[in-house]
Amino acid sequence: MQFGIFSVGDITADPTTGREPTENERIKAILTIAKKVEEVGLDVFALGEHHNPPFVPSSPTTMLGYIAAKTEKLILSTATTLITTNDPVKIAEDYAMLQHVSDGRVDITLGRGNTGPVYPWFGQDIRQGIPLAIEHYSLLHRLFREDVVNWSGKFRTPLQGFTATPRPLDGVPPFVWHGSIRSPEIAEQAAYYGDGYFANNIFWPKEHYMKLIGYYRQRFEQYGHGTADQAIVGLGGQVFMRKNAQAARDEFRPYFDNAPVYGHGPSMDEFTEQTPLTVGSPQQVIDRYAAMRDHFGDYQRQLFLMDHAGLPLKTVLEQLDLLGEEVVPVLRKELAKNRPATVPDAPTHASLVAAANQIKEDARRNGADAPHSTSAAADLLDSVQTGSVTR
Amino acid sequence: MTERSIAVISAGLSKPSTTRMLADRLGDAVASHLAEGGDEVTVEVIELRDLAHDITNNLLTGFPSVALEKALQTVHTADGVVAVTPIFAASYNGLFKSFFDIMEPDSLTAMPVLTAATGGTARHSLAIDYAMRPLFAYLHANVASTGVFASTDDWGSDEDGVKPLPERIGRAAGEFAALVATSTRSKELRDPWALPAGFRPMGPSGLE
Repeated sequence: MQFGIFSVGDITADPTTGREPTENERIKAILTIAKKVEEVGLDVFALGEHHNPPFVPSSPTTMLGYIAAKTEKLILSTATTLITTNDPVKIAEDYAMLQHVSDGRVDITLGRGNTGPVYPWFGQDIRQGIPLAIEHYSLLHRLFREDVVNWSGKFRTPLQGFTATPRPLDGVPPFVWHGSIRSPEIAEQAAYYGDGYFANNIFWPKEHYMKLIGYYRQRFEQYGHGTADQAIVGLGGQVFMRKNAQAARDEFRPYFDNAPVYGHGPSMDEFTEQTPLTVGSPQQVIDRYAAMRDHFGDYQRQLFLMDHAGLPLKTVLEQLDLLGEEVVPVLRKELAKNRPATVPDAPTHASLVAAANQIKEDARRNGADAPHSTSAAADLLDSVQTGSVTR
Repeated sequence: MTERSIAVISAGLSKPSTTRMLADRLGDAVASHLAEGGDEVTVEVIELRDLAHDITNNLLTGFPSVALEKALQTVHTADGVVAVTPIFAASYNGLFKSFFDIMEPDSLTAMPVLTAATGGTARHSLAIDYAMRPLFAYLHANVASTGVFASTDDWGSDEDGVKPLPERIGRAAGEFAALVATSTRSKELRDPWALPAGFRPMGPSGLE
């Protein structure tokens, strides 16, 4: 089970002081937060990608490359990488490069982006969001797996004899999660490829995600990647803690009340009841998140949003201390209890390489030639991607 | 015997409101028309006042509360909708419009709709036809030709002696019930969690 932090990188004035960080201060704060995530013993740092104020991370791999150099074990991910408005060729290049730079500590969470005006800035149209996500990913999937790609589609100029460089580290592409808040099409896509499914459930009631995740699990099984409980699920979360629960509520309330997205809307009490937001003591956070699997099944990755709505860096770092010292160690134990041995961990570069080697080894032992045809190779890599071969 | 469900939406702001009174009268009249035809009818009233905060929150956050989600589902899955609003500043009130603003765009496609409104004087009565009817036309609903407008006079001694309110309610309910009785819409609803026809999760533009 992996625990981590995801940041959308918003620049928001601190509502208690009115002070807004500069772009430089916010960028440096994000980098400091990422390093802290490793220090406090968490596993993943994921960064959003945005191309409109008040969000600052337009170039995630630049920031993740820096973080890679400053950390040793931290897995670098995204929340999300825009599969609609980015050129899949550039995604293939950027993230393969990040794999090499970070020695494989990379995975990708793909998302469509829900800000209409961003699409035309990149020559696209939000009304084509789903077809873009489907076509772009089908190309990205091939660019990661085939050394020479001939391709044509609807949304991008054709490719003839194209090789994306560098090739993925050890010939194994970064694991891909598909993020979605409401579209069954994306759950279907994740299931089809045997990829992970990240449900950013921080805004909606859980019933909504129980349906989407249940659907993804069922389709994952139908596509032959493993049983439904072996599908790879990630969840978002949002917490604010102090030792004293009332102190946490008092301190967080002005940030909640003025937050982008939900500020000036539902009350903090309503929102904490309806969504995973938990404001209170570390024990309350533990109780809430230990119960997530009762609704969604045993899952692989839990990310928390901690650094938004104008919270000062000092406060965010204190929150990460609480998370790393008091919450996550207990959650690791709680979530390991009664977890079936057949439920896999989230794939990592090491596990994917091991699975690929196992396939080669099996093939050699059986005296069979390694598969040569493109489709057989793609099938092989699909099974490597989910680690299903080793289960 | 066919089971029919009718969603009655009332956008009255006071409690009690004449809008809710008219809504209840229409609901009863529709139910008895359908019952005469042999249908088993359930009428569910959605009082938007009770959901006003949730509706505003949905406008701001993009997601409905559990209670609002339930109301939206009641409307979407109904066999017919009776929509009643007070007329404010020459149109439906903001609460009424906001409720339809947060609905999924295809929620009311082919839905039989009975429009009705309340106001101080009969001089507002055309708002049903120049404001409410275009809204439901945009939503691809199937609006009954007769709408019902009730002014303050209609509830008292100065009511229209030639076409009193009960008669207008009866006529509108009859027309609407006929649309409901022949509608097959609720049997053909697409599961919102189902994939669109022809969807493929791979290949160029998902159509390969």
